[in-house]
Amino acid sequence: MPKWFIPAAAVCFLMFMISPVLIANAPYEATMGLVQKIFYYHVPSAMTFFVAAVVCGVNSWRFLFGKNVNADRLANSAAELAVVFGAITLVTGPLWARKSWGVWWQWDVRLTSSLMMWMIFIAYLLVRKYGGPGAEKLSAGLALFGMANVPFVYVSVNYWRTIHPTTNVVPTLPVSMGLPFWFCLAAFLLLFTLLLQLRVRLERQRAAVDSLYLALED
Amino acid sequence: MTVRRFAAMFVLLAALAPRVLAQQPPAQPTEEFVPVSELPPQEQLPSGPLVVAAYSFVWLALGGYVFSVARRLTSVQRELNRLEADVKRGTRA
Repeated sequence: MPKWFIPAAAVCFLMFMISPVLIANAPYEATMGLVQKIFYYHVPSAMTFFVAAVVCGVNSWRFLFGKNVNADRLANSAAELAVVFGAITLVTGPLWARKSWGVWWQWDVRLTSSLMMWMIFIAYLLVRKYGGPGAEKLSAGLALFGMANVPFVYVSVNYWRTIHPTTNVVPTLPVSMGLPFWFCLAAFLLLFTLLLQLRVRLERQRAAVDSLYLALED
Repeated sequence: MTVRRFAAMFVLLAALAPRVLAQQPPAQPTEEFVPVSELPPQEQLPSGPLVVAAYSFVWLALGGYVFSVARRLTSVQRELNRLEADVKRGTRA
């Protein structure tokens, strides 16, 4: 484990402890009121979902075309994290929507494309687990499709008529709301980095176990 | 016995349902826009439980995932130690 891991984990833990205080002290949004506070975890988790998808896609590309085994481990780890952060996004979103839109779910382009992207990464993990020999390459191909979805999901709200807010919400946040938001985003991205590190370590150890089994057979 | 009791309850509910529904006051159609903040309290959805549910889910999901990774790491580490000991024993022999 790298030397920075424990201090970074402590900082991340502290950030997650402080974040509810900052969120509670942030002003109420004029039209939505209290339920808008979900925003401070919903949007950072969605952005982390995108980052995980891109990390998975880029490393799958490196594995497919560069035969880099470490990249494959990184991609596999990032895919699992994409599923975790995607699940958080897809659960917190409807809880917010129920109050502000009056419905749990709407089949509009942002929500539907996010769900599709999440399902691609679930498919990645399923192929990886049950695909048999060659599953790594097949799942890497899936990850490329998952990554290709990221810009589409992001800009979809600007090009289609949708009930979801557009992408200009975050850049136009007042400081009183922007500060807790950027703080939470930093906490989520730090957590993602730490979990990715742990998950890659797990993959390395599994590879070491496999090589030891081979050594014992020889 | 339980099945009979359920069947009796089902028949009773089926018999009462049309009468209960018939006693419901007809819904008043709204003819103009009513802001959510001006709705009567019984029609307003409280925000608190939704916010608590959202934050609880995030904490539980992240905590659960960290626990799962830690458990898998411990298990693989144990297997790795055992195999390394086996390999050493094999080379000594």
